[in-house]
Amino acid sequence: MSNFDQELDARGLNCPLPILRAKKTLNAMTGGQILKIMATDPGSVKDFEAFAKQTGNELLDSSEVEGEFHFTLKKSV
Amino acid sequence: MDSKRLTIIATKGTLDWAYPPFILASTAAALGYQVTMFFTFYGLQLLKKELNLRVSPLGNPGMPMPMGMNSWFPVLGTAIPGMETMMTSMMKNTIKSKGVATIEELRDLCLEADAKLIGCQMTIDLFDMKREDFIDDIDIGGAATYFEHAGEANVNLFI
Repeated sequence: MSNFDQELDARGLNCPLPILRAKKTLNAMTGGQILKIMATDPGSVKDFEAFAKQTGNELLDSSEVEGEFHFTLKKSV
Repeated sequence: MDSKRLTIIATKGTLDWAYPPFILASTAAALGYQVTMFFTFYGLQLLKKELNLRVSPLGNPGMPMPMGMNSWFPVLGTAIPGMETMMTSMMKNTIKSKGVATIEELRDLCLEADAKLIGCQMTIDLFDMKREDFIDDIDIGGAATYFEHAGEANVNLFI
């Protein structure tokens, strides 16, 4: 999973900012494009699952990397 | 697909209680909800151009205090002049250091997402508030205006 079209650094931000920044970034992208997000808020793991389920943007990957949380979202078409 | 709708009645005007309505509203907007917020009584403080929101330890045993003060500091001590200012500034520092958004930031995000913000006409009259003290992007309305939105909504919250 190293291919992405946009990257969002949401490290250091707390709920609900990672989700709000992700939404804003997705707004400027086109359907099918991939967004990679890095966060440090542990709550963002559940929140990005819920965000994907409710918005139709697909959560391709969610993983913990050295104490950080990385997500890959595919913008819905 | 028809988007879901959320309405929130915001009734409280302190820094701590400013968070729940704006966090929920901005998140709902990001999830695709159409959001309406109705601000009444002390909640109208959240619509001021110049926000001067404060938090008080007085009468709030649930508020975490520094140095374990909850257990040894006398309740009456929280009424000492300056306590509110001190706790407000400590709270603001904590908010900043933990990467929590400011109320201004969350309010702007709500407005950007086209949330509808309504100030309560009756409260404005009751407290002799001035329209020009509030941000421009709001409507002024009453209970019937609120129900116009609430009746169509999936989620209605009173905070």
